[in-house]
Amino acid sequence: MTRGAPAATGPRTVLAYVIRRLFAVVMMLLVVTLTTFVIFFVLPKWAGQDPALLFVGKQTDAASIQGIREKLGLADPVLVQFWHFVQALFVGREYSSGTDVTQCAAPCFGYSFRTEQEVWPQLTDALPVTLSLAAGACLLWVVGGVAAGVVSALRRGTIWDRAAMSIALAGVSLPIYFTGLLSLAIFSFKLGWIEGEFASFSDDPAQWFQSLLLPWITLAFLYAAMYARLTRASMLEILGEDYIRTARAKGLTERVVISKHAMRSTWTPVLTLLGLDLGALLGGAILTESTYNLPGLGRLAVDAIAQKDLPVILGVTLIAAIFICVANLLVDMLYAVIDPRVRLG
Amino acid sequence: MTDFDKPATAASAAETVPDTTVGVPQAVGSAPSTSFLEVRDLRVHFPTDDGLVKSVDGLSFQLEKGQTLGIVGESGSGKSVTSLGIMGLHTTGQYGRSKARVTGEIWFDGQELLGADPDEVRKLRGREMAMIFQDPLSAMHPYYTVGKQIVEAYRVHHNVDKKVARKRAIEMLDLVGIPQPDKRVDSYPHEFSGGMRQRAMIAMSLVNNPNLLIADEPTTALDVTVQAQILDLIRDLQKEFGSAVIMITHDLGVVAEMADQLLVMYGGRCVERGSAEEVFYQPQHPYTWGLLGSMPRIDREQTERLIPVKGSPPSLINIPDGCAFNPRCPYADVPKGNVTRTVRPELQQVSSGHYSACHLSAEQRTRIWTEEIAPKL
Amino acid sequence: MSENETKAAEPAQAAVKPKGEPLLKVENLVKHFPIRSGLMQRQTGAVKAVDGLSFEVYPGETLGVVGESGCGKSTMGRLITRLLEPTSGKVEFEGNDITHMSTAKMRPHRRDVQMIFQDPYSSLNPRHTIGTIVSAPFKLQGVTPEGGVKKEVQRLMALVGLNPEHYNRYPHEFSGGQRQRIGIARALALNPKLVVADEPVSALDVSIQAQVVNLLDDLQQELGLTYVIIAHDLSVIRHVSDRIAVMYLGKIVELADRASLYKAPMHPYTKALMSAVPVPDPRRRGVKSERILLKGDVPSPIKPPSGCRFHTRCWKATEICLTQDPPLLELKPGQQVACHHPENAADQAPGEEIVAEAKDAVKVVDVAKDA
Repeated sequence: MTRGAPAATGPRTVLAYVIRRLFAVVMMLLVVTLTTFVIFFVLPKWAGQDPALLFVGKQTDAASIQGIREKLGLADPVLVQFWHFVQALFVGREYSSGTDVTQCAAPCFGYSFRTEQEVWPQLTDALPVTLSLAAGACLLWVVGGVAAGVVSALRRGTIWDRAAMSIALAGVSLPIYFTGLLSLAIFSFKLGWIEGEFASFSDDPAQWFQSLLLPWITLAFLYAAMYARLTRASMLEILGEDYIRTARAKGLTERVVISKHAMRSTWTPVLTLLGLDLGALLGGAILTESTYNLPGLGRLAVDAIAQKDLPVILGVTLIAAIFICVANLLVDMLYAVIDPRVRLG
Repeated sequence: MTDFDKPATAASAAETVPDTTVGVPQAVGSAPSTSFLEVRDLRVHFPTDDGLVKSVDGLSFQLEKGQTLGIVGESGSGKSVTSLGIMGLHTTGQYGRSKARVTGEIWFDGQELLGADPDEVRKLRGREMAMIFQDPLSAMHPYYTVGKQIVEAYRVHHNVDKKVARKRAIEMLDLVGIPQPDKRVDSYPHEFSGGMRQRAMIAMSLVNNPNLLIADEPTTALDVTVQAQILDLIRDLQKEFGSAVIMITHDLGVVAEMADQLLVMYGGRCVERGSAEEVFYQPQHPYTWGLLGSMPRIDREQTERLIPVKGSPPSLINIPDGCAFNPRCPYADVPKGNVTRTVRPELQQVSSGHYSACHLSAEQRTRIWTEEIAPKL
Repeated sequence: MSENETKAAEPAQAAVKPKGEPLLKVENLVKHFPIRSGLMQRQTGAVKAVDGLSFEVYPGETLGVVGESGCGKSTMGRLITRLLEPTSGKVEFEGNDITHMSTAKMRPHRRDVQMIFQDPYSSLNPRHTIGTIVSAPFKLQGVTPEGGVKKEVQRLMALVGLNPEHYNRYPHEFSGGQRQRIGIARALALNPKLVVADEPVSALDVSIQAQVVNLLDDLQQELGLTYVIIAHDLSVIRHVSDRIAVMYLGKIVELADRASLYKAPMHPYTKALMSAVPVPDPRRRGVKSERILLKGDVPSPIKPPSGCRFHTRCWKATEICLTQDPPLLELKPGQQVACHHPENAADQAPGEEIVAEAKDAVKVVDVAKDA
């Protein structure tokens, strides 16, 4: 229907697109926050469980419960509580019960019920660990998975193909706590190759790398398998495309045909899957961090859930939601970079 | 388990198939061809799980520079497979098990291609022989600009820097009639209209001045007024460069306009071959009659019923015994005995340069054509 | 196959002059598809796919609609079958206004108007047997045919030349031509009065195409059907149609009976279109060997040219063509044309000077093999 109209993806439309998407992200985050808030602060109440009780733990002194309730504003209506929570994220918050005033600077996620520490510093401590784990594993599985998939596609039906696909099948089917514990047992306990606690990259890069190597491999193994299978399938499909035939008809060497023409198209489905996986990645990170005892967001979340530490759960959820939304926005924009036919807008 | 696995597991079955990727000329030392292009007994077979698909099964023809050969046939007749066979594209990049078996001889400018070093053949592709495909939208890479794709085609065969190649690309776009070529060179294929895309495709094919141009249904995806433009363009360019053209199509109108020689394919074989005039005015095969009778024609006043060919084209796995056309042929019972169902008819000369593969005798064919078919067309 | 049997009974519909009450009447039909963009997704324009069509279809005739891609012919087909809702204008079927009829009210009319689609591969559900596919209209309309569904389906299958015993087979077991027959059987299940066929043969091989064209022909005679056949192939259209509408950029530029149109086309576009068709005759005997080659492409239906939409590519364009949209007028009995300077008829705006751009709007080439 539209003939010969040049694409109009100018900088202005891109900007409008990003603004629209960011607006959607903010709305999304609000909904996520509200839902989480309701789940942890309101539903227990209906079930007869008072969040204030969770905070005080074994102390059953009615006065202190009342004090906590007032200090944390738990007596307010739900929407007011929610509003205070959101407000605190941007402007900070003062908790007070009579003389006892606690200042919580923005972004304020409240205080842990257990440690009575601010939540935000806990999150900022844990985030780099998880990001290191996620980014490293992501790089590893994309590169490894795509490479295995390409080799498999080009050697279709050979022993290489079948070996790669068998390993991929194992990767998809074996759970992290199995592969994780197995590799720990072999490489760390038995062979003693990898030792030591996690250290941040800025403190000790070598230790950082060493402590993350096994977790990376474990986490990447699960995903690389899927990427290998996807890449193999899409590569096989792309090799049958007309434009690959054209590339060969031009007299290009097979190496150029594959590495340039076919590979360029292979990235599109990989990117689609990546966008979807970034959400699930945090789930994988939780298991991996628990297995390898890494002080990341995943372990923070597990501990918080075990201890019914509501503000921390809320904080982790929100950080995870932001991470997924932003990552998806980036993936969508990457589409437009890879495929000129995709117009943002 | 998902269906990702299917090709991999099924692959084991084909493991024992002998690898005859590159056909060796059967008669070693057979006389080199004196024609610009000569195809001798070309066979392209694909082993599949269901059996051997004989897409092309013994095809021979010659073509000289400056001439146009039209190859006509329906889907599955083997016409496109033939063109890819000449280009050597069946044996390039066929990974794993889907290897085609190509045998016979292809003589191109004094060189036999099927027995030649594959890299030598690759160097001919795009430089000496080029191809235009049916659907220019799917035949061009969607992620690269038209200019980049033309530049690439030029630089594979010419050791020049990008600037020179880009100038050449703009020149070619101008030659094929794309307005504002210096701007459009940076457009992506999807930003072109169908006709413009096919022009760009032609520009890419001709960028190295090939001596042989194979056009596989070059106008089937286009509107009729655009088709007229493209055919006109191909005619002009051929006149200018004197290259040989193979025009593959299902449209008898297109070949009537373009071709000097005509080759009618059915079930992977040539059933009739001759000058365009002979084949149109003295067709010698019932299938050719069927095609002529099936076409509604814009140039005829009469609106009588069409005379279709009954049934459907054969499956290439199960090509009927004897003459492949016999189940659909209204005259299959005319020759004595069971010959049409048991014996494959060979191409026989009807008149100078005109061949037909049919069991009907020359007299029978002449009588049927002049008395039964021609009056109804 | 029964291809040649009805040959004797042929002259019946040779040159019907369709008059009387029209079966389908379309007035000023418009369909614009909105284009949205920007931050607020406001409508910034529209694809003017169909932009003011008026025509009638009479019982028993075949109206052929021809034009190039983007001319709006398929949209038109979907509008008159009410698969799409028109933006404005009026569609009357047997005197009833069905333009904006609700789905519920439309249901009884649905059986009278049926559609045949182009692609016999994608228009049949691969998981359903032929019996299920052909009998689906009965279920949708809640009717039980006389003698039961199965018997009726088998009768329909026989009618379109399929073996009724293949009732339980799946679409993939049939060839392209047979699938198109299945599509036709499905369309005929409810005894429609009007059948709209959108490119019914363009996906088929030449020899199969002829079988289906003949089948449509036979069915029209046996069942007294009325057809609107939409196609891009002028040869097919010439063969099947009694009257032909030529469309360009959402408008009918010429509407005439077959003989007049092919003998003496009035609109320059029709003329160029017909001269572009390759003729299977190397010497082009009996046909002009000169061809009018239009340059460039059809303009975008988002921003169609002012005045006459064809003026940007017309070799006869004058000042008036740039500003005034010519109305569709009957200049000869049975031949309507929308042109200020028609071919083969009196000039509607004489004395105008051809604009400069028009002088090299076309290229005339000789296409005969040897003169």
